[in-house]
Amino acid sequence: MYRGDMASLIDLANPTRFMRLSVVVLPWLTGMAVLLLAVGFYLAWFVAPADYQQGETIRIMFVHVPAAWLALMFYTVMSIAALGTLVWRHPLADVAQKAAAPIGACFALICLLTGAFWGKPMWGTYWVWDARLTSVLVLLLIYLGIIALWRALDEPSRAGRMVAILTLVGFVNVPIIKFSVDWWNTLHQPASVLRMGGPTIHPSMLWPLLILAVGFTCLALVLHLVAMRAEIMRRRVRTLTILEAERLDRLAAQGVPA
Amino acid sequence: MMSDLGPHAGFILASYAAVVLVLGGLILTVILDHRAQKRALAALEQRGAGRRSGQAAP
Repeated sequence: MYRGDMASLIDLANPTRFMRLSVVVLPWLTGMAVLLLAVGFYLAWFVAPADYQQGETIRIMFVHVPAAWLALMFYTVMSIAALGTLVWRHPLADVAQKAAAPIGACFALICLLTGAFWGKPMWGTYWVWDARLTSVLVLLLIYLGIIALWRALDEPSRAGRMVAILTLVGFVNVPIIKFSVDWWNTLHQPASVLRMGGPTIHPSMLWPLLILAVGFTCLALVLHLVAMRAEIMRRRVRTLTILEAERLDRLAAQGVPA
Repeated sequence: MMSDLGPHAGFILASYAAVVLVLGGLILTVILDHRAQKRALAALEQRGAGRRSGQAAP
């Protein structure tokens, strides 16, 4: 859906078609999420060895790292959708944007919480104001700001344009998060999977991490699709409620009992 | 592995508890919202609210 060519994007632009297609895709995606998460957690808990430095706390990394990736991925998805809203006026773009915000926020929150629970035994502190940690906190705050703005504005298409502008401005934070560990001297370790020259993690830990990352991504996409369906229905409910009120008004004006 | 989580077991379990709570809450919220909108839409369509709008049912 996110990387289709222009023709399939236009195909999906029809909300009715999206509702029909998502019903077909959802059971498969849900099954994949359950399977990958089950296999991933089995490997992460029972097969992967304890780290020579971090000991058993390496188990926290198996949820911390996918959460961080997804928090960034969903913000990127929201930014692409924001372009869709502002440039192409894609009818599903602001639906996708609105549905993505709480999901991205939850993964940013998980990233911060699990990071803190790892930081206390390994760094001796739950929190430091270093570049990586602070920029992820800023990401969570931007997510919350976006959710608040959606709730503050009633009319969906107007809200969509305003949120799109805020989302694109906030996108500047995404590369800052990614490269914060290289640009500044932070306590957070540099990238060990998505780096030039390949991963530096042993396969026994890399595999569970990758499987869990794909599993969490499937789960997040399932939630995104269901939330988009709910948002499309919410807008129809809104339109129909207004139409019904207008019809009752007209009937009342004509003196016909409703 | 799970039987012995070492000296930092509390932190590891707290991390997984956080994941379960946050994701569980999110999943529940999304499902309940989807169900609520589905019901509201069905109720409106049953009353014939969309008759004059020319909109198709979902």
